[in-house]
Amino acid sequence: MKALIERLEKKFRVTDPVMQRADETFFTVDKADAVALITHLREREGFTHLSFLTAVDWLEDGKFQLTYLLNNNAMKADVGVRVFLDRERPVMESVHHLWKQAATYQRELKEMFGIDFPGSPRIDEPFILEGWHDIPPYRRDFDTKKYSEETYFPRPGRTTHDPADYMKQKLYPEE
Amino acid sequence: MGFEPIKILYSLLSLFIIFNIGMLINGITRKIGARVGRRHGIRFYQPYIDLVKNYALRSNITHGIMFYLGPVFRLTGGIGVYLFVPAIYGSEYFGNFSFAGDLVLITYFIFFGTLGMALGAGEGGHPYSAIGISRGLAQVTAAEIPLVIAFLGAAIQYQSLSVTEMVALQQGGIQNWTMVTNPLLTAVALIAYLGTMMRSPFDIVLAPQEIPIGPPTEYHSTFLGVLQTNRAIFPMAKTVLFMNVFFGGATNWGVLILKVFLIYMWSVFVGVVFPRFRVDHSIRWFYKYALPLGLVALAATSLLIK
Amino acid sequence: MSSKDLEKRRVTGPDGEQFDVDPMQDYFCQERPKEHEPANRIWESFLNWARAESLWILGYGTGCGAIEMRPLMTPRFDAYRYGIQWRPTPRQSNVLVIGGYLSVKTLKRVIRSYEQMQGPKYVVALGSCTINGGMYWDSYNTINRLDKYLPVDIYITGCMPRPESLLAGFEALKKLIREGKGEGQNLYARNFDEYKANQKKIIRDWDMPDYNW
Repeated sequence: MKALIERLEKKFRVTDPVMQRADETFFTVDKADAVALITHLREREGFTHLSFLTAVDWLEDGKFQLTYLLNNNAMKADVGVRVFLDRERPVMESVHHLWKQAATYQRELKEMFGIDFPGSPRIDEPFILEGWHDIPPYRRDFDTKKYSEETYFPRPGRTTHDPADYMKQKLYPEE
Repeated sequence: MGFEPIKILYSLLSLFIIFNIGMLINGITRKIGARVGRRHGIRFYQPYIDLVKNYALRSNITHGIMFYLGPVFRLTGGIGVYLFVPAIYGSEYFGNFSFAGDLVLITYFIFFGTLGMALGAGEGGHPYSAIGISRGLAQVTAAEIPLVIAFLGAAIQYQSLSVTEMVALQQGGIQNWTMVTNPLLTAVALIAYLGTMMRSPFDIVLAPQEIPIGPPTEYHSTFLGVLQTNRAIFPMAKTVLFMNVFFGGATNWGVLILKVFLIYMWSVFVGVVFPRFRVDHSIRWFYKYALPLGLVALAATSLLIK
Repeated sequence: MSSKDLEKRRVTGPDGEQFDVDPMQDYFCQERPKEHEPANRIWESFLNWARAESLWILGYGTGCGAIEMRPLMTPRFDAYRYGIQWRPTPRQSNVLVIGGYLSVKTLKRVIRSYEQMQGPKYVVALGSCTINGGMYWDSYNTINRLDKYLPVDIYITGCMPRPESLLAGFEALKKLIREGKGEGQNLYARNFDEYKANQKKIIRDWDMPDYNW
């Protein structure tokens, strides 16, 4: 894996490699290099399988993080390619030309995070939410509890306990 | 034999009895199926409750005239078959209108209900109905050929198309039954019987797990009630017909019930043992095995009679 | 299907002829549901007995509840002996069993299924999810109270309710029906506008007629 990272660092702007396990590595790559790097991994290094494509909302840093997890079946190894996007204008190049199923992930990301992938097939169609009209629900500034209370007629009488405090009270009432 | 108006009343009574036999046999069959699976199963009178419930539903919707007529045609087919078969041989009361019709008419009535149902369910517009109909017509047609061959063989053997005369010639002990005098023909008839009973392995038409329920998908409340009524009468009518042509008929209700039950159980047991055929399998099966066997039986019958 | 399919449009047939299609008029019925008066008392109580003893179920397996319902068909619980049977189509069923949480998307399908059933019809809702949202009570996409959208006859509590509690729930439903209290269909027809307003509040892409009978 080390050798792989070194080879990649020569060609691309790769930073922060983290060796999660012997067969699993994560690293960050510049947005402009990302698709080139992924293509390189797929065509030259044998990472032919896209396990998943997901996103993280770093609200405080104003960034979205995309993670492409690629699998190399011959090496029995995974690499996670992290790409940071600007939260204000989240647009990323599509990789559906490399893996067809990427289009589905990208549709989901468009719907749940509002990350756009221009050119990806059916990117603007609703994925699982039908007729969603608010800000994308997986963004962390979307208050799901408030939305639920406003929309779905909460039944009165529901109490909520913090599990840690509640169990402490139940198990050790004296303390 | 002339027509007497009182016969209508007798026939209605006879119809009522066969309807109840059908309902009870349906319930008992399901009970047996459940017991085989080590379940307690439905109550044996559950079909009656379901029937009342369905007739008593408050709302129904229609998709057009043929949608109305579908179940009516189906029931007509069932009743038609029954009314032209002598239920009890030699009985003045329960001979039905067997003097008026013969095997050709009855064979027509067997197919009549299927056709009516096809038109009606087709107007329902549900895709599953359409799939069920196309499968049903294909399969029933394939099963109908050995059926007709079997009836034809019986007609040749007894030199008559009248069911009553066939029964008359079979009286006087088991050695006179078609089952004994012409076992090959009876075998063909029993195979064809399986194909027309809508039970496994030939129940792809309804196929509950796959195309939820086939032709009756859109039928509900009263429509479904009519279909359920028919489901009690039609198999019984067919079974009575088979009993008459191949198993010596019946001279009283006790014998009738026993014979009908045993013949019916034949299709039930085969259904319990064998899994469902796909429609292409079943058609091929009928053409490959039932049809040649039928032709051989027919040839044998013709030689036998000479 | 999307709402675009329901717009009026001009279609070219297979032989090249042109004709106008208005799906809402041509494919659907726009009638409102009607209230149905019960028959006289003695006759109606007999019919109610038959209805109670012959519950035909349309199982809507949205959530984990679907798994808890299957054992009812097995030898161990065997609901058939109580006159409970499963039907594959909404047209022939009387009891709609909602098996757990409902997202907005599934609620839409549930409403369509419910409206296609022929009355008198009953709704049995399983689990805390249908009662108050259960563990999904603060989700952006699951409803909290089913009774705001459909007339629920019986709630069965639990997360998930075990098959035994389902049987108990069905027995309670039978009791309701025998007493003549299973009038959910009439309730729905009477408060139709209110139910529809609630449904349309959350189902934003309403691409079906108001009532699907």
